[in-house]
Amino acid sequence: MSSTLSENQGPETGTARVKRGMAEQLKGGVIMDVVTPEQAKIAEDAGAVAVMALERVPADIRKDGGVARMSDPDMIEGIIGAVSIPVMAKSRIGHFVEAQVLQSLGVDYIDESEVLTPADEVNHSDKWAFTTPFVCGATNLGEALRRIAEGAAMIRSKGEAGTGNVVEAVRHLRQIKNEIARLRGFDNHELYAAAKELRAPYELVKEVAELGKLPVVLFSAGGVATPADAALMRQLGAEGVFVGSGIFKSGDPAKRAAAIVKATTFYDDPKIIADASRNLGEAMVGINCDTLPETERYANRGW
Amino acid sequence: MSHAPVIGVLALQGDVREHLAALAAAGAEAREVRRPGELAEVDGLVIPGGESTTISKLAVLFGVMEPLRARVRDGMPVYGTCAGMIMLADKILDPRSGQETVGGIDMIVRRNAFGRQNESFEAAVDVKGVTGEAVEGVFIRAPWVESVGAGAEVLAEHDGHIVAVRQGNALATSFHPELTGDHRVHALFVDMTRAKRTAESL
Repeated sequence: MSSTLSENQGPETGTARVKRGMAEQLKGGVIMDVVTPEQAKIAEDAGAVAVMALERVPADIRKDGGVARMSDPDMIEGIIGAVSIPVMAKSRIGHFVEAQVLQSLGVDYIDESEVLTPADEVNHSDKWAFTTPFVCGATNLGEALRRIAEGAAMIRSKGEAGTGNVVEAVRHLRQIKNEIARLRGFDNHELYAAAKELRAPYELVKEVAELGKLPVVLFSAGGVATPADAALMRQLGAEGVFVGSGIFKSGDPAKRAAAIVKATTFYDDPKIIADASRNLGEAMVGINCDTLPETERYANRGW
Repeated sequence: MSHAPVIGVLALQGDVREHLAALAAAGAEAREVRRPGELAEVDGLVIPGGESTTISKLAVLFGVMEPLRARVRDGMPVYGTCAGMIMLADKILDPRSGQETVGGIDMIVRRNAFGRQNESFEAAVDVKGVTGEAVEGVFIRAPWVESVGAGAEVLAEHDGHIVAVRQGNALATSFHPELTGDHRVHALFVDMTRAKRTAESL
């Protein structure tokens, strides 16, 4: 609400309002990881609000090991050509050239993602430098605000991608929501100390304290595998969900995708969630996060 | 505020909260509508921005589409922004297979006509019926109207393309006034809803 159009000026692209506003349009929806145009169509037919185009879903990245990078431009363009819903794609953390490439391909959102192998262990990309908006992961409020300070127009709680286990998604979303609630009770004196503690700009901390929410849309990601998982994240305060491996690593992707969409919209209606949960076939095989070595936790990437 | 018109926001998917806030600021009693029973209780309805394919699919799936068509046919005031504009079009130029609309405005829309997200933009728009300065138009992967029939009135154009239309009690904009903090377009819609209710009570 802060920016206004200057008089007699032509159309302006890449404004904060246009970037953040794009994410507002995705609210209440499900964003699905897809690796082929066929999967993208299945996702669109199931009611996905956007797809994330990538070469391997996180579960396979985990299994295959090695360095995970931006996807092949041909593959991304194939998916852009297959669907009319927005297409997102991932760059490595700090790999601003991958991000430049993704922008040139015309993707609608760039995910600077911990699921790929980080390219810079100190710096994230300067996201203000792009017309294409960015979504970034966060495990807590300070991390979310640092990403927003760098220009992120949307935040997703990280969870632990490729595990099919929602426990880390719950932990991170609760952490962010709790820290926001705590700020609400602070007076001006305390907000300066809070900013220092959160390692985030004071102006953003103050804005969150006043709004009682992030200044950008907050989704949840990393471990959602069932309709009830999606509804859980919504009831905990996520404005929408990313589903990665959970759909196309399951027995009946089309059915599961449609079921997760229903449960995300009617997240507060257990009867509808129950109906959506019937006969979905096999869910993806999960990984217990407490047996994951620290070095294999994607959520530890980024800072 | 007992005389405030009750205006619903179709809350299947999209920027529902922003519309609720804008409607409340413009003097309506605003509430979410996801079920046929909730639709029956409102004087008017906003169809928000979002993904038109998703909203259309969920509206059919959960039995809202038919009752909504019936109420729009009966003259219930309805306002659609972006995806909502697509939902109010009698015809989509390039629909996804099986994509249904509510209809209500005799117009043909082209989805994502202004381009992908990199082409999303802000521009000042003069809207007929909104007095004062131009409206700040926020266009996000926005549709435009290819053509309108005789019954529909063009309220605004941008760069030679139709971006706001009214037919009777149905209003549609390609852009998102709900994202700007300027509630004049919502006030216009609240007035339309109030006028319709007053006419009915006479």
